[in-house]
Amino acid sequence: MGQTFSEKVLSRKAGRAVRAGEVVTVSPDYCLSHDNSAAIIGEFKKIGVPRVKNPDSIVIILDHIVPAADEKYAQNHKTIREFVRAQELPHFFDIQNGVCHQVLPEEGFALPGKVIMGSDSHTTTYGAFGAFAAGIGRTEAASIWATGEIWLRVPETLRVEFHCRFPEGVYAKDAVLRLIGDHGADRANYEAIEFAGPAAGDFSLSSRMTLANMAAEMGAKNGYFIPDALTIAWLKARTLQEFEVVQSDPDASYEAVLSYDLSALVPQIACPHTVDNVQPVTAVAGKPVQQVLIGTCTNGRLEDLEIAARILKGRKVSAGTRTLILPASRRVYLDALRNRTIEILSEAGCVILNPGCGPCLGAHQGLLAAGETVVSTSNRNFRGRMGHKDSEIYLASPATAAATALEGKITDPRTR
Amino acid sequence: MNTGRVWKYGDDVNTDVIFPGRYTYTLMPPEEMAKHALEDLDPEFAKSVKPGDIIVAGKNFGCGSSREQAAACLWAAGVKAIVAKSFARIYFRNAINLGLAVLQCEEASDVLASGDPIEVDFAAGTITSGARVFKFFPLPESVIGIVQAGGLIEYTKKKLGL
Repeated sequence: MGQTFSEKVLSRKAGRAVRAGEVVTVSPDYCLSHDNSAAIIGEFKKIGVPRVKNPDSIVIILDHIVPAADEKYAQNHKTIREFVRAQELPHFFDIQNGVCHQVLPEEGFALPGKVIMGSDSHTTTYGAFGAFAAGIGRTEAASIWATGEIWLRVPETLRVEFHCRFPEGVYAKDAVLRLIGDHGADRANYEAIEFAGPAAGDFSLSSRMTLANMAAEMGAKNGYFIPDALTIAWLKARTLQEFEVVQSDPDASYEAVLSYDLSALVPQIACPHTVDNVQPVTAVAGKPVQQVLIGTCTNGRLEDLEIAARILKGRKVSAGTRTLILPASRRVYLDALRNRTIEILSEAGCVILNPGCGPCLGAHQGLLAAGETVVSTSNRNFRGRMGHKDSEIYLASPATAAATALEGKITDPRTR
Repeated sequence: MNTGRVWKYGDDVNTDVIFPGRYTYTLMPPEEMAKHALEDLDPEFAKSVKPGDIIVAGKNFGCGSSREQAAACLWAAGVKAIVAKSFARIYFRNAINLGLAVLQCEEASDVLASGDPIEVDFAAGTITSGARVFKFFPLPESVIGIVQAGGLIEYTKKKLGL
């Protein structure tokens, strides 16, 4: 019997043929961390080794609270910068770069067949490029810094096949919300999700990142696409490193195969307070909304901002709806500036934030008051995540978010 | 052996309600973390939890963020184990790595209620409440070494001969 993608990648790393369910100790190619690096440094110091094992494998990207919102955050960032200097870590990206899950691929680290561990749950995003990428905790990241190794259970694989094409106004975010809504927030717990089928290659890389990012919201360890010509061309423009495309064997064993006809989908929205509480947008249309957030590592790429700009061009967002734009990275911001997307959004009355995580996790830059409702293109709608515990978060596509901003109430983008 | 009281919660208890994002990116001593434990789910918890108490919940406990404080704050509050139908993957790892027992047991989750007395016998693999005895799913071989060492930091030190 053949091997799945995850079995193959981890077999190579482990130096022996492994199957789902086995536990392996491997050396990750990269270990990502962000503002939580300050906490990781604390754990690393407890272990007591003077130097990190493999400086070249450590990628640190400051993004969660940038620029520092108060003195404590400022101290955190300072601690990290001092450590980076002392340990001579070559891959450090300070506050001006953007969200780690966008910056790491842009900088050419998210390569096919690589094993990437990240001290952030949405590390799954790099599967969009055919990497094996999974989230871990801080103590584990410290242990990787010290030893260069981590234990991993080889995951079973859930294959999701996409067929046909999206109708007008329906996007990758709608597909993944429907998937999570149909099967639950823990359906893929401990598993890999293979995004495949005849329509998989039709997804842009941005859309693939949206899907791989949201795999975490189904409990998945990793979620991935098999790289194609589009992926290879994108990566070749960003790295000189060699890499090898890994894909599942035709006779690999899957835990289950799910099938989705994209042409039958309508715009979807995840209602408070769980990501799997998904309805068609029409079911909750008309609900007043005080804030809209368009951006984040889930939907903050150029294609997402352009979709919003097409809807908002020459119009004004509703007076009662604060509309925040959060580009995923400085490069995305620059591209959107150069092609006037930012100008269109600003003229429509949007607030353009600097690239970073900001309001998505409720740390700064636009929190919600009690009783307020937000429509966000981010990935989590847990109670209190974006502000007061009595606020409500709805998750949707950039098109639904932009249409909602215009009307000041939840709006199906197909009606605009 | 550990004896305490049950704090009962439902399915999908997520990391934001266990330890809110607004506190996540500042360094906090454990006793301070404990004050915010389950703040957005049950404000009574942090006020009345006692050392040795045990959380019993439904499926997918700890879903969401990788933030380790969601495990650390409960440990710091004196919680000795979490019993649930299932755990989110990163939470499971984080708890083990800190030495907080995460026990899978469907039956106990269905039957036990807040305030029930509860005893966990880690060696025997049993949860006892009054006359009721439940078996929990044993931890995977591969991680028992980490738990026995008292968490990943101690385990790593040992591995490195420090």
